[in-house]
Amino acid sequence: MKRYGTLIFASGLAFLLFVMFAALPLGAPPMTVGHAILDQAASQVGAANIVTSVVLAYRGIDTLGELSILFAAASAVGLIMGHARHDKPAGAPGGFILRAGVDLLYPLILMVGFYIILHGHLTPGGGFQGGVALAAAIILAVLARPGDLPSHAALSWVEGLAGAGFIATGLAALAYGHAFLTPLLTGERLGALVSAGTLPVLYIAVGLKVGAELASLLSRFTEEAAQ
Amino acid sequence: MSDFSLIALLGCAIGLIGIGFAGLVLGRNLFRIVLALSIAEAGANLLLILVGFRYGGIAPILEPGRTVANMVDPVPQAMVLTAIVIGVGVQALALALAIRARNAYGTLDMRLLRERMESDIDRAAGTTPDTSRQAPAGTRPLPPPLLAKREPLS
Amino acid sequence: MDWLDLIVVVLVALILTGAMATLLLENMLGAAVASALVSLGVSVFFVLLRAPDVALTEAAVGAGLGGLLLALAAKRLGLWRIEVQQEEKQS
Repeated sequence: MKRYGTLIFASGLAFLLFVMFAALPLGAPPMTVGHAILDQAASQVGAANIVTSVVLAYRGIDTLGELSILFAAASAVGLIMGHARHDKPAGAPGGFILRAGVDLLYPLILMVGFYIILHGHLTPGGGFQGGVALAAAIILAVLARPGDLPSHAALSWVEGLAGAGFIATGLAALAYGHAFLTPLLTGERLGALVSAGTLPVLYIAVGLKVGAELASLLSRFTEEAAQ
Repeated sequence: MSDFSLIALLGCAIGLIGIGFAGLVLGRNLFRIVLALSIAEAGANLLLILVGFRYGGIAPILEPGRTVANMVDPVPQAMVLTAIVIGVGVQALALALAIRARNAYGTLDMRLLRERMESDIDRAAGTTPDTSRQAPAGTRPLPPPLLAKREPLS
Repeated sequence: MDWLDLIVVVLVALILTGAMATLLLENMLGAAVASALVSLGVSVFFVLLRAPDVALTEAAVGAGLGGLLLALAAKRLGLWRIEVQQEEKQS
């Protein structure tokens, strides 16, 4: 009975959403805010990637909220999963292919991660994607050799300092009389690596924070809990 | 991308939301409920990006040869970027809670979990635990059958 | 209906099948892989909808990190198939 009621409700909800969204001008949206941002992003912010300028400059507070949500989730997982028990023997190490592959690929993946972070204002990418690549490199090393865990203290220092760097860069804009998180030193040299002022600095802080957080979160899942 | 493709994508996004929602309500296992939540989130993100698309649009990245003339809307893309990362954070927290629930109660089945949690709460509060709805009535009188004639209230 | 429409229709069928498989598969690990398949298909759609930033994020976070998270959690929950059989033998 519950099954049929739920299926009827889900199909009714899908029909309602379909009718609502099919009435929108799907291929030609009005884009009032979008046109304003597209026209002014190059001169006001100076980043070649306009989505980056929206994420960090026009909607910077939303990115700060996202970082706080990730921080809350990662610390809650750390609290829930408990401390690692060091007396239990670690799991079996990964096979030869995994160990040899990780030995070769670990610096390459780190480099790709930093490349994506640093070029976030020029090409698609940025802090979040590059941070995920950094965390993937660290967790691959943990999967290949399960006893060799990253130090949670070092990861939380990196995460804390990166988050503080993000907020400090935002507060530095207050010192110049602008609003919080306004990008400074913008507008010169569109398309070069050193352009768009404080945007690469903000994305480096975001990338390090997200990478350290996700690496710590994932390595909690591979440890044995102390309870 | 033609009109037909956009309608197909709209149907796919809303289908994902519907399937995710149905899985969320009907899930028997806690792990499957977390999976259904992530499917519904993927559908919602696809819906948001679909609304920002224009015919003949190009990606919103400035290159030496490009102008701003035909670019798709960058604002929903920024919103969905945030939403995807938040979705994985919520998924991680939900899985950690599922691991602790299984360690504490020994099962992931929703009905067994609910019964054990309620009996735990009742025992901790000092009240007698409720008998299950499926258990036989014991010494209680059975309720009157549904289709029998009842006496009028007056 | 040109070839792009055909690709879109095939991908839509694949994604919806993957979503149904996530809910209907008995093996929990298979359900996690199906959910990663849905994320991957949605990221291909993001590329077709001219959103490369979002496609990169969805592929890395949704398929990559989300799939890894589900696999690690499935291992901790005892939902890998081999360990479930051993647990049933022990209990």
